[in-house]
Amino acid sequence: MKKLAYIIIGFGLWMIFTFKLSWENIIVGILVSTITVFLFGKYFVQDLSKLLEPKRYYWFIVYLFVFIWECIKANFDVAYRVLHPDLPIKPGIVKTRTTLKTDVAKTTLANSITMTPGTITMDIINDDIYIHWIYVRSTDPNEYGERIVGKFEKYIKKIFE
Amino acid sequence: MTSIFAAILLGIGVLFNLFGCIGLVRLPDVYNRLQSATKCVTLGTCSILLSVLIYYGFNSIGVKALIAIPLLFFSATVAAHALARGSYQFGIRLGEKTVVDHYKDRKTLEEGGKNEISEDKRDQGSTGIPVHTGIHK
Repeated sequence: MKKLAYIIIGFGLWMIFTFKLSWENIIVGILVSTITVFLFGKYFVQDLSKLLEPKRYYWFIVYLFVFIWECIKANFDVAYRVLHPDLPIKPGIVKTRTTLKTDVAKTTLANSITMTPGTITMDIINDDIYIHWIYVRSTDPNEYGERIVGKFEKYIKKIFE
Repeated sequence: MTSIFAAILLGIGVLFNLFGCIGLVRLPDVYNRLQSATKCVTLGTCSILLSVLIYYGFNSIGVKALIAIPLLFFSATVAAHALARGSYQFGIRLGEKTVVDHYKDRKTLEEGGKNEISEDKRDQGSTGIPVHTGIHK
């Protein structure tokens, strides 16, 4: 049952990539997606029942708009720091904590942090996230934790858990 | 009308790619250069791909350009994390302007057997090669 759902997802991707409706293309797509799922199916998402709740998709669309806005802000921030004659940077590596549990949620959080203004996720060990920050505004853990992690964490918890 | 809009988006994309390259030259150490190379270049390339989608419409070309955007996002973030962590484990130091470094006193995983170079081996170089100690002196 799980493998059938994966085959349908892979076949949809194949049809979008090739963008051609003919019998040969459909047969080759079904073959390729079946072979791929039987080779790599054990690395995908484990819990399929979460894919069928429409509330998660609504929160995902809201989160997408927040993420795009943060990404554009990040680009203007880094461009300003590069073009300024005095080079206003104050880099450092800070440590903060997360309350997310599943692997997919942690991966999404790390990728989102990398795209926000001036931060790159360096490592995740258990529940600690190590972040390289190009301009350290404060050394108080609660304040910068809220600034970096807080605004994404509540959306990701609604989507994946 | 659509071609004018596509040309504007293409110009914005090329400009942001130029800013990213200027950052690669000006910033002082590896980690800060990685910041500019990740963010500016990703938004610039996404804007170029969107201009391709607007110019060609929803044909096979435009849909492929639209699919390339999320793939570019995932690959850029994972590559930035892998490069930063790998250069820190290899022993390249942070620059002179650095304020804090919490990653120095981290606890390694007890279970799972993390494969990393221990401290005493890192001083000598694990294979006898002298350890790289930063560019700016």
